[in-house]
Amino acid sequence: MRATGVIAAGIAFDAATTAVAAAEPAIASASTAAKSSVVSMLEAIQRTVGSATINKGRVKLELPPLVENGNTVGLAVRVDSPMTPADHVRAIHVFSEKNPQPYVVTFRLGPRAGRATVATRVRLADSQTVVAICEMSDGSFWSDSVNVVVTLAACTEEL
Amino acid sequence: MARALINVPATARRGDIIDIKALISHEMETGFRRTQLGVPIPRDIITQFICTYNGAEIFRAEFHPAIAANPFIAFSTIATESGTITFNWSGDNGFSAAESAAISVA
Repeated sequence: MRATGVIAAGIAFDAATTAVAAAEPAIASASTAAKSSVVSMLEAIQRTVGSATINKGRVKLELPPLVENGNTVGLAVRVDSPMTPADHVRAIHVFSEKNPQPYVVTFRLGPRAGRATVATRVRLADSQTVVAICEMSDGSFWSDSVNVVVTLAACTEEL
Repeated sequence: MARALINVPATARRGDIIDIKALISHEMETGFRRTQLGVPIPRDIITQFICTYNGAEIFRAEFHPAIAANPFIAFSTIATESGTITFNWSGDNGFSAAESAAISVA
């Protein structure tokens, strides 16, 4: 369905994450130098995750591969988790690569959710990669990324 | 007062996983747009959504300007006991809205 694009995006994201991990001090100094309003997606992910490693899998980010109107895009995240007090999803973070800000939404849930599935509607300013990162109760992080083509961007222009 | 729509099943069996949906009318002005005169339009968004079940928090979401206008959110919870599920939205410029639904658990 969205095979090649996603694979390519996944590889690109992997490479970028490892680069961030390798160049950690450089990123930290860059983040203090950069204005708070201009934070790249990788920097935002780094700030959220800290020094933990991000694994692939367990998370499924669902977005339409082709978006006609970036002003409202249905987004769902499903995590493979038993949602027991011992092993559950603590938080789900969603990041965007090319929106004016990388942060999209953070969901905080717990064992009382029963099922780790959430949905909302987001804005996408451009064709880009959207990343969902899930934080488990054991402190591990899992991610999924989707490449989206947006034909009409969310309006950041004048009225 | 913003109009909110919530969808919670009225009855459930104990232990069932129930789906909850919440929608509220709000412009979610991003703060990145300008008027034709070039004046920036200040940000005005809902930043936080909290759902409580008989007083205990079961779900929370933090919104950013990338959330579409009229924020919609869908999640689930385990029906543990009869009571009320309350929804609270809060945001910029002192925005605050609340809604609640009763659920009876057999």
